[in-house]
Amino acid sequence: MSIGENNLQGLNGGQRLAVKYFVVALALFGAQLLFGLLAGLQYLKPDLLYGVLDFSVNRMVHINAMVVWMLYGFIGSVYWLLEDESGTNVVGLKLGNLAFWVLTAAVGVVVLVYLFVQIGPGTDTTLWLINEGREYIEAPRWADIGIVACVLIFFFNVAATFMKGRWSGIAGVLVLDLVALAGLYLAGMFYTTNVSVDQYWWWWVIHLWVEATWEVLVGCIMAWGLIQTLGAKRRIVQTWLYIEVALMFGSGILGLGHHYFWIGTPEYWLTIGGFFSALEPVPLVAMVVHAVYDAGSHGFRSSNHPALAWLIAHAFGNFFGAGVWGFMHTLPQINLYTHGTQWSASHGHLAFFGAYATINIAVFYIAVQGARGGVWMSAHLPGNGWKWKWALALLNVGVVGMTVALLIAGYEQSFVERAIEGSTWAGYFAGQNHPWFLQAMHWRMIFGWVTLLGFALLVWDLFTIGAGETREARDVHPGEAATA
Amino acid sequence: MSEIPWWAGEGLWRKVAVWVTAGSFVVLIFLTFDSIEAISAGSQRVPAYSVINQQVRYEFDAARNIQKPVIGGGAPLFGQTLDEAEAEALVTLGKKTVQAKNCMNCHTLLGNGAYYAPDLTKAWLDPAWGSETARETLMLGFLMDPTANARTYGTGRRMPKLDITEQEARGVIAFLKWMSSIDTNGFPYNFKSLAQESRS
Ligand code: HEC
Ligand code: HEM
Ligand code: HEM
Ligand SMILES: [Fe+2]
Repeated sequence: MSIGENNLQGLNGGQRLAVKYFVVALALFGAQLLFGLLAGLQYLKPDLLYGVLDFSVNRMVHINAMVVWMLYGFIGSVYWLLEDESGTNVVGLKLGNLAFWVLTAAVGVVVLVYLFVQIGPGTDTTLWLINEGREYIEAPRWADIGIVACVLIFFFNVAATFMKGRWSGIAGVLVLDLVALAGLYLAGMFYTTNVSVDQYWWWWVIHLWVEATWEVLVGCIMAWGLIQTLGAKRRIVQTWLYIEVALMFGSGILGLGHHYFWIGTPEYWLTIGGFFSALEPVPLVAMVVHAVYDAGSHGFRSSNHPALAWLIAHAFGNFFGAGVWGFMHTLPQINLYTHGTQWSASHGHLAFFGAYATINIAVFYIAVQGARGGVWMSAHLPGNGWKWKWALALLNVGVVGMTVALLIAGYEQSFVERAIEGSTWAGYFAGQNHPWFLQAMHWRMIFGWVTLLGFALLVWDLFTIGAGETREARDVHPGEAATA
Repeated sequence: MSEIPWWAGEGLWRKVAVWVTAGSFVVLIFLTFDSIEAISAGSQRVPAYSVINQQVRYEFDAARNIQKPVIGGGAPLFGQTLDEAEAEALVTLGKKTVQAKNCMNCHTLLGNGAYYAPDLTKAWLDPAWGSETARETLMLGFLMDPTANARTYGTGRRMPKLDITEQEARGVIAFLKWMSSIDTNGFPYNFKSLAQESRS
């Protein structure tokens, strides 16, 4: 196999399937940014596309593209590591490929319907065919069922492959976590008129995904990633993984209560939700310590510098976006004022980007390295690796910039609209009209463009890094027999 | 390496992870049973759908030191008293319309959703409707043609026309009235309600 050329035949079956997932993920990431920019512009120019592509449509595509590209990235990551980790071939590769095409076709149809049909009459038919109208899980019911079917195939492939090959600590955590992740989706698949009950279960999906099962899933990917890029010791990494699972589930499951302060649910959630969610940053600190310690103890001698940089960005992004930004508004005493303001958007951006976009990008770099036949990706890249470094910098500066702008808007909105004006129609607009708010919206756009620029550079880099490279990847597992 | 201290062993932490997860989950299930009962329609915190036949106010409660919904005397929506089944059917039409038109990707409901437009938790009680008598007609007109009835308070940010039929709009208003009667532990804080003649 020649080095430095695109050579997918050199990859194992699971990895070839993973590449397909990654390509779609990257495309959806791009779509996410474009529709986010449109929605952001509408804050400043409300007549833009009014009645054609309304804010609600752009926003829905923005956040759905995000959820789907991240899930694609996760599925791809698991397929990428599956054969290495299990020591055998993926059991149902044909089926896995079929599921990929079915899922991708379904996603395509859903997006077209979102864009061109948008809404329907207030009937069940609309909820089944067009749009379910529940933030993040807007996908119509037919698509829900399709998604569940494809995810079951994925799950079967993962579990059966480990069963046929060998289990490991990472494998065990991964499989159990996937059961929970898929099972939770079912909690969002029914209709009820009672809006309190609706939101109760809706948060089961959203919160128990991002603050429990997704965290553990990326914990598994991180554990494997550190072994890959640094040659970290499996025993240490797995012990850390168990500790992180205990802390994350121990705080995150009951931390769900921070969404049950104001939706009609009983007052005991103020205490339970406040207390447990306040502990959620603890595992996130542990993850930073773990990643930085491992990287440092290996003298930052990694086999893949861009991937390691993004893994470290993940550790910090997760800690700041979820841990710090989450903690700042998680106690009911403050959430009473910040609930449902730009404050939440500030946290949402930094958390999703910091925790989940970053680690997916890290795996994209690992995949690119593999796809080019295991090329050198450590120091002294051509041009000193300026593309990946600038992509990293611009994306992070862009998102952090947007986060800070939204935070300022959120403070202003919490004070003016929530605390003083009392959240009436007029009070809402008193907040939106404030010069501080408007300035923040401008800054959000400026940093939004920076983010887009970073993304463009990232794509360029992913398609070119390692091309024409003749050196082989640095071996970070000296003395160990190469894993199958 | 035999000198791994007991507290750093992989096996120990595997057990801790399993027990902590299982324990938290069991507690959550238990609390879920309790909460779902406490928020079923017709409970203390979430009134029955027929509450749309009555006046709903949002008043300060000194004992809890927050505002809470107060259900007053008869004030049937659109002048029609509905039985429980009819009321549920109307609110259901409203809720389905709210989902089908994607209101949650511009507005927040109970504080959850999008931030491009006002929170709808207490929209029924919003002082901008002017008076108790004008409210229903104004809401109907607004929902069916938000472009022509735009206020925007100088922002130019209008709600688009969403092809809401008159029957759907009545359903949405019923839904909003019912939602305003939910006990949300004082959210939104300091809300300044429309002046209503107190009927008990
Ligand atoms: C594209 C964004 C968008 C969508 C979708 C949307 N709205 Fe609005 N809505 C707005 C905006 C903007 C305003 C403020 C309009 C104004 O001031 O003229 C508003 C105002 C309102 C108001 C008056 C504000 C108040 O506090 O009482 C109500 C009620 C309302 N919308 C209900 C709904 C319902 C119900 C739906 C779904 C059927 C919906 N909206 C869908 C953007 C939207
Ligand atoms: C990676 C993990 C996390 C992600 C991706 C994430 C993402 C989000 C998003 C997108 C929202 C807005 C939801 C909506 O649209 O209504 C939200 C809300 C919230 N998050 Fe997180 N979050 C994470 C972790 C945390 C943590 C660890 C905490 C607490 C310590 C936290 C506290 C909160 C709170 C209190 C809210 C409610 C905001 C409101 O009342 O409007 N989050 N989160
Ligand atoms: C190009 C840059 C981007 C722009 C201009 C942008 C703009 C927006 C806008 C306008 C909203 C709607 C907020 C509201 O309801 O008022 C939004 C929501 C959201 N965006 Fe972005 N976005 C961008 C990039 C991203 C990225 C990179 C991520 C994460 C990876 C992200 C995650 C989210 C999330 C989670 C929400 C929902 C937040 C909530 O409900 O609290 N966005 N974005
Ligand atoms: Fe949460």
